[in-house]
Amino acid sequence: MITSLQVATIYVLDKDEALDFYVNKLGLEKGSDVKQGDYRWLTVRVPGEGGTEISLEQPGAPLHDEATTERLRELVTKGAMSGLVFTTDDARALYDTLKERGVADFTQEPTDHFYGTDMGLRDPFGNAIRILERKTASAATA
Amino acid sequence: MSRDAEDLNRRMLRARDAMDRAYAEHLDVPAVAAVAHVSEAHFIRTFRAVFGETPHRYLQRRRVERSMFLLRETDRSVTDICFDVGFGSLGTFSRTFHSIVGETPSHYRLGHGPIVAPNCVQMAATRPREAAGGSRPLPRARATGARSSSFGEASEAAAP
Repeated sequence: MITSLQVATIYVLDKDEALDFYVNKLGLEKGSDVKQGDYRWLTVRVPGEGGTEISLEQPGAPLHDEATTERLRELVTKGAMSGLVFTTDDARALYDTLKERGVADFTQEPTDHFYGTDMGLRDPFGNAIRILERKTASAATA
Repeated sequence: MSRDAEDLNRRMLRARDAMDRAYAEHLDVPAVAAVAHVSEAHFIRTFRAVFGETPHRYLQRRRVERSMFLLRETDRSVTDICFDVGFGSLGTFSRTFHSIVGETPSHYRLGHGPIVAPNCVQMAATRPREAAGGSRPLPRARATGARSSSFGEASEAAAP
């Protein structure tokens, strides 16, 4: 049986800019950063966890031909690619922290729902990020 | 795709996000075009090229989607919901809702209860895109014409 999700990949348009955003703005930590020739294997992850590595992949050679690269870049900037959902212990405090760090691209300010409080933002390229503070008592099994 | 075109896409996405975030407020094309830092005419044309529908239509259907959500999830009156989601008059809301959903808000409420899914999923996945209830699709020629030159219902609200 499968025991964990090790790596998930998102497409970014620039690895340096992505690293700056995901580490210095969002507060993740750098995982792997390995160069092999022109290729750079770059991941970030939630600090203090043995959890999933998020691979920051840039469309382009040698992974993609030119037409595919252009199409992927187009889809990222349209917000049409997949996004990430994180959890936090305090959505409103994190919202303030992110604003202090210069994050401006919020798609939704912290909002209460029956399942908890969530907010939305985009990374510099257009990828959607949602952050959820789960409702504690009854939602522990959710 | 040039880097300029990518930047333009990104700005159109930012404008679309603004509509998703502030649908309940008074919004018009100049205000949303300003989010994208482009002229009004350029904004309407480019938004449609990027997302396949005019900004007016996008906002109209975001508002209808949010009204459907409130009809399913709350006991608020149809009139309250109309204003909650940014429509300026009950007549415009009822007419728009019926043309998109194919039934009246009250009738829709009778047939639908809450959906147990995260709000962001509902917003993304249940915004009515094409005519859902047998209503007519917007004629192609008119989509870029007068009807898309302003957010009709919001303009009505602003009119003295």
